[in-house]
Amino acid sequence: MRQAGFEAAHGAEWQAFEKFLDAPKAPPFDPAEMPSRYRRLCQSLALAADRHYSPDLVDRLNRLALRGHHALYQNRRRQSQRVLDFFLAGFAGLVRTEWRLVAAAALLFFGPLLGLMALLQQSPEFVHYLLTPEQLARFNDMYDPANRRLGMREADTSLMMFGFYIWNNVRIGFQTFAGGLLAGVGTVWFLASNGVVIGAVAGYLIQIGYGESFWSFVAGHSSFELLAIVLSGAAGLRLGLAVVRPGNLSRKAALMAAARPAVRMMYGAAVMFFIAAFVEAFWSPLTEIPYPFKIAAGIAGWAMLLGYFALAGLRRAAR
Amino acid sequence: MLDTTRRVATPEGIELTLHLAGPVPRALAWTIDFALRAAIVLLVMMGALQLGSAGWGIVLLTAFFVEWLLPAWFEAAWHGQTPGKRALGLAVLNDDGTPVRWPGAMTRNLLRAVDFLPLLYGIGLVAMLANRDFKRLGDLAAGTVVVYQPARKLAATQIPQADAVALPFPLTLEEQRALLELAERSPTLTRERLEELSELPAPLVGQLVGSRAASRLLGMANYIAGRH
Repeated sequence: MRQAGFEAAHGAEWQAFEKFLDAPKAPPFDPAEMPSRYRRLCQSLALAADRHYSPDLVDRLNRLALRGHHALYQNRRRQSQRVLDFFLAGFAGLVRTEWRLVAAAALLFFGPLLGLMALLQQSPEFVHYLLTPEQLARFNDMYDPANRRLGMREADTSLMMFGFYIWNNVRIGFQTFAGGLLAGVGTVWFLASNGVVIGAVAGYLIQIGYGESFWSFVAGHSSFELLAIVLSGAAGLRLGLAVVRPGNLSRKAALMAAARPAVRMMYGAAVMFFIAAFVEAFWSPLTEIPYPFKIAAGIAGWAMLLGYFALAGLRRAAR
Repeated sequence: MLDTTRRVATPEGIELTLHLAGPVPRALAWTIDFALRAAIVLLVMMGALQLGSAGWGIVLLTAFFVEWLLPAWFEAAWHGQTPGKRALGLAVLNDDGTPVRWPGAMTRNLLRAVDFLPLLYGIGLVAMLANRDFKRLGDLAAGTVVVYQPARKLAATQIPQADAVALPFPLTLEEQRALLELAERSPTLTRERLEELSELPAPLVGQLVGSRAASRLLGMANYIAGRH
């Protein structure tokens, strides 16, 4: 069949298909016919290419088929149910599946953190290797037991601190994750360096006798924030591992396979960062609440979160 | 063939051709997006700072959402295009040519943090030049490609009408295609160039020169296209 005849035979159908793609709200044919019409278009394209019809015609059909491909394979599934499922079960299950990486990230982060807290009780002068005098003065200011509000300066408002915590902490989490692409080095660096800084500040404040106001401030949000950093690190290590040790896959394929669960873990970590920022801005600075109550709330947060990761979705997984 | 195209096979058993976008148009698109993001933050800043220090909270929140989530949201919700990509006619697609969705868009936008290192997409540029699909690291991990969006509408180019001239001997499909392509391009060529090109296939045009050779080939193209 010559090209002119081919175009005459099918041109009207192509035009109808294009019209459908341009205005799916006012379709020129029953939308249920779309898949079969798309397949006929694919056949036209294959024939046109195989018979070496003019490049212009092949290009035109290729464009039309590409648009049809997009229209046919776009996903219109409802997201809300999947989001709910993820936070009721999928997220905790993912953390359990990746427990080795989570443990490694926790070690990299809590190791320096707890180590420095202990070390600074023994040799307080060591803090000067880690923090500048200006930083120490600022922390003195923020955690002075005489303060009406903890963890912030007098002039700061809760909303400002909320914005700052989101902007700063979630960014640190995202960087910890993304650093995994550099063969995991970036992730290890962010985990360890944040552990060092937090451990140094905590150890210093406890050592100078500001322990009560420090614990009063951090208790509430510590569970969500610290675990969120650990999970960002675990997600980053997942990427790093795919680059360093791809196993039987090519590096590219290993990276793509690793990115899916890693990014899912980051969704969870991001939400945890948001919760932590909210608590840190609006609850943690309060001094009106009795100290034992704030500590109890903090312990409850840890118990709830650890229980969630240990148990959520177990029954569903067993089914 | 050395070309910036990527062919993807679809379940229907055909191959679609994607035209990949290189670093320069993508950098331009990023510049537009960056300007828009900066403009949003500045606008919010002008309004919010009336509120004193609480305003800074709003500004920082805006900066966070605009930097990390807005591009991913655009790509997931707007056919793989941010405003800058739309201006440049680019779009993000999955490797298999399907529209990008949340997971892919989030992955490539979170990993921008690494591509951006050490400054202004240094790593991203090296990665793009090191693979044949112009993928930065975020694209590699997310399984996405940035392509030129096919033009929305393209009128068929008509071969100029001429009296069909039968072929003196059978031509292979490639040769027929070359004639059709010449005829399609003829309206955009200068007359001299068309005539010069037309004199090349000596077995077809023999001793004819200039406009007579050209009209002979156009006639043959009409014959091949089936107008006789």
